[in-house]
Amino acid sequence: MRSVAAVNDFVVRFANVNGTGSASANNMFAKAVFRMGLPFSAKNIFPSNIQGLPTWYEVRISEKGYLGRRDGIDLMVCINPQSLPQDVKSVSSGGYFVYDSTKILHPEFVREDITYIGIPMMEICLREYTDPRQRQLFKNMIYVGALSMLLDMDFEVFKGIIADEFKKKEKLIAPNIHAMELGRNYVAEHYEYPLPIRMETRDLVGDSILMDGNSACGLGAVYGGATVAAWYPITPSTSLVQAFEKYANRLRIDKETGKKKFAVVQAEDELAAIGVAIGANWNGARSFTATSGPGVSLMNEFLGLAYFAEIPVVLTDVQRSGPSTGMPTRTQQSDILLAAYASHGDTKHILLFPANPKECFEIQALSFDLADRLQTPILVMIDLDLGMNEHLSPPLKWDDSRKYDWGKVYDAEELEQMAQYGRYLDSDGDGITYRTIPGTHPTKGSFFTRGTSRDEYARYTEDGSVYVRNMNRLLKKWDTAKEIIPQPEFYQQGNQHKEGIIFFGTTTDSALEALDLLREDGIELDAMRLLSFPFSKQVEDFVQAHERIYVIEQNRDAQMRSLLINELEVNPDKLIRVLNFDGMPITAAYIQGEIKEKMVAEV
Amino acid sequence: MTYVKPSFRHPDLPKNDLGFTKKDYEGAISTLCGGCGHDSISGSITQACFEMSIAPHRLAKLSGIGCSSKTPTYFLGNSHGFNSVHGRMPSVATGANLANRDLIYMGVSGDGDTASIGMGQFVHAVRRNLNVVYIVMNNGCYGLTKGQDSATADVGSISKNGMNQFQAIDLPALALELGASFVARSFSGDKTQLIPLIKAAISHHGFALIDVISPCVTFNNNTGSTKAYDYVREHITTADVVDYVPPGEEITMDYPEGTSADLTLHDGSMLQLTKLAPNWDPRDKLAAMQRIYMSRAKQEILTGLLYIDPNTQDLHDLIGTVATPLNELLEEDLCPGNAVLEEINRGLR
Repeated sequence: MRSVAAVNDFVVRFANVNGTGSASANNMFAKAVFRMGLPFSAKNIFPSNIQGLPTWYEVRISEKGYLGRRDGIDLMVCINPQSLPQDVKSVSSGGYFVYDSTKILHPEFVREDITYIGIPMMEICLREYTDPRQRQLFKNMIYVGALSMLLDMDFEVFKGIIADEFKKKEKLIAPNIHAMELGRNYVAEHYEYPLPIRMETRDLVGDSILMDGNSACGLGAVYGGATVAAWYPITPSTSLVQAFEKYANRLRIDKETGKKKFAVVQAEDELAAIGVAIGANWNGARSFTATSGPGVSLMNEFLGLAYFAEIPVVLTDVQRSGPSTGMPTRTQQSDILLAAYASHGDTKHILLFPANPKECFEIQALSFDLADRLQTPILVMIDLDLGMNEHLSPPLKWDDSRKYDWGKVYDAEELEQMAQYGRYLDSDGDGITYRTIPGTHPTKGSFFTRGTSRDEYARYTEDGSVYVRNMNRLLKKWDTAKEIIPQPEFYQQGNQHKEGIIFFGTTTDSALEALDLLREDGIELDAMRLLSFPFSKQVEDFVQAHERIYVIEQNRDAQMRSLLINELEVNPDKLIRVLNFDGMPITAAYIQGEIKEKMVAEV
Repeated sequence: MTYVKPSFRHPDLPKNDLGFTKKDYEGAISTLCGGCGHDSISGSITQACFEMSIAPHRLAKLSGIGCSSKTPTYFLGNSHGFNSVHGRMPSVATGANLANRDLIYMGVSGDGDTASIGMGQFVHAVRRNLNVVYIVMNNGCYGLTKGQDSATADVGSISKNGMNQFQAIDLPALALELGASFVARSFSGDKTQLIPLIKAAISHHGFALIDVISPCVTFNNNTGSTKAYDYVREHITTADVVDYVPPGEEITMDYPEGTSADLTLHDGSMLQLTKLAPNWDPRDKLAAMQRIYMSRAKQEILTGLLYIDPNTQDLHDLIGTVATPLNELLEEDLCPGNAVLEEINRGLR
């Protein structure tokens, strides 16, 4: 048997039972990788369940710095008898299988081509602890300890993490270290260590941080000046508003009174959530909501109102696998078309696509400026993978000289000077008109906001020509938006090749890795990452400049491709689908394979 | 369609404390049917706000969809208005109120907008004790789509479309059950009762429901309808008579002992209540429930201030927001800056 051998380049998967405290132990393992200076990516693969069902946690360590998911499990830590048969099968040939050997492994689960490392975790726990909860929790630390030995991880790093973790419960530090030692000692006494796959300390993560996208968005909303958050709980967006509240409770409390400079409303449903956000924005406060696909479906009517009545509002969609309830705890980028054209009638909305926590923070903060400037819904499109998994990210930065853009709003003095105020008068020719906030002036500047057709002075009208004029002005505003929203990112100087790839959001890491893999195969491609919709001139130019473009996305129907075809009126033959929609984050190897196959098919 | 009103004003029109005439509180000419009860309610709102000397820009009017929800165009033309989507006014009003706790919010809705499509939002706005005046212009039918029964139509009531067989939702009774802190019912044709109730609702700190029976002259004013003008006039009964005394003004009327009760509201105004039944106290929720049920059994339409708790905490009080309206907070109040961010970064390594 040939065992896998690698330094700082392998995948570890933990198979646990949901609700047994394994998440914190697994996070500790990942944090240790991070503090050893090694780039890695971690994915939670969890069920829609609170306790009892199988859950997995996967860590890819990559010295080269590839942060996408990689298929193939080099080391499996199986703590869950329910999933054991499947877990044994999923280990790569030559890989390693760490399991609780308190009970003998049934012969049918013994493979010839992998190495088994049995650690009698339950037996050790029964011997060491009497409290059932302790037995369960420390079992997790025992396998982390065993792993640290097997993979040659720095024990001092773990001690530091444990000290940080239990800063406020110091009594727990020593017992946790002891539990790890139980695992370490067992390995030392019974196995050769380290394994041929192991880690070496490096200095490759620089000043990076570890953060999940939802937390970054929540913090971005604090920095962006949001004061009203309204939401309805739904996986995977729940932790976003919770993060906003957590950070606001820390950063937005009036020192003298202890009162809050923000409000969070847990609404009765998603309809109300976005209604609250729209009402608050209409009244001059920055407000947002966060949800997932089912919530966006419910919010359609209100999105149309905000588009047509021109009310700023920010909505972050943490996408999950649809349709309907779909796979609620699996990732996808499948709300693109829903979001772009949400609501009845001719509507279209601005979409932003951050790709890592730093961008989540920046784009969420920026979204409030854009909403106020453009007086329309801004949809920040992330997904379960970005939102709920911790990612290695450049540190967050805020430019203190930067000022909020509150958009076009008349104050009392300006209204006083005015003969007649027209809410929908396009006086600057950019399609964006001036609004007023209730409470500004006793007798000037009031207007009636409505979802019905109106003239430039906000008066109800069913005059077709006035309606058309207004709808065309909204298009002009749309064109203005194209150049002020975040522009695409390119990965080469100018266009160098006939073929290219387009990707966005969480597809980025794997797409960039795939470019390297393809280069090794002698295939060179230009690349563009989309950061927003509508598509700007730069996007159009890239599409025009290439003969064939692979559009990589995580949905079944190639929704971004459809949007490109529809909005840029490009020949569909030119845009080739590369699609992953099984609910797991896309891999570089998959992209490489798809592109190579589709190239061959065409040539 | 909006007609142009003549801008002529008599120079001697009476002015209120702020120097505004009643004209300053009017809106565009109504496009509702001639004789519609809703127009009378609009008139009462106009009169109440004029008499209370409310600065027009300190009030925002919000509505959903339907005949009732059109009315904010027809009153308070100098106030911002928001005609939102069907049944969703409560959420929009919640957001608006959270953004600026200092304005007065006048929510206008109908029986369809509140008791059917908007039931969920109505219920939760009550639960949160949102500081809003919530007026339901209740005609028991869907006027704008030509007279279908609504959820407040009484069993056996006959409209132009036939007899209703389904149970009616009694909005004041429901609001009481949900914990509303101000519950009243009135009749569009009775301005003497309605105007003081609107004033009291404006002064009340918390959710104030006024369910106003407002006959639909076109589709539900026929014999057999329990929301027709004639029927309402014949079956109306009053729980109490409310006199509204603005803050700082002395109570001048004297009532025989035992028949009146004075209530001080949040803004210092007083309500002088003349009780029309012995042992009646609108601060007693149980008694209010009982009276509503008893009146219903007798096929009476009970009007007046049915329940009030003048000392409640509204949504802002409950969630603990600062006194400054959130929409007036400055960038330095809102943005913690880069130094804090560096500290946050450190905690994420």
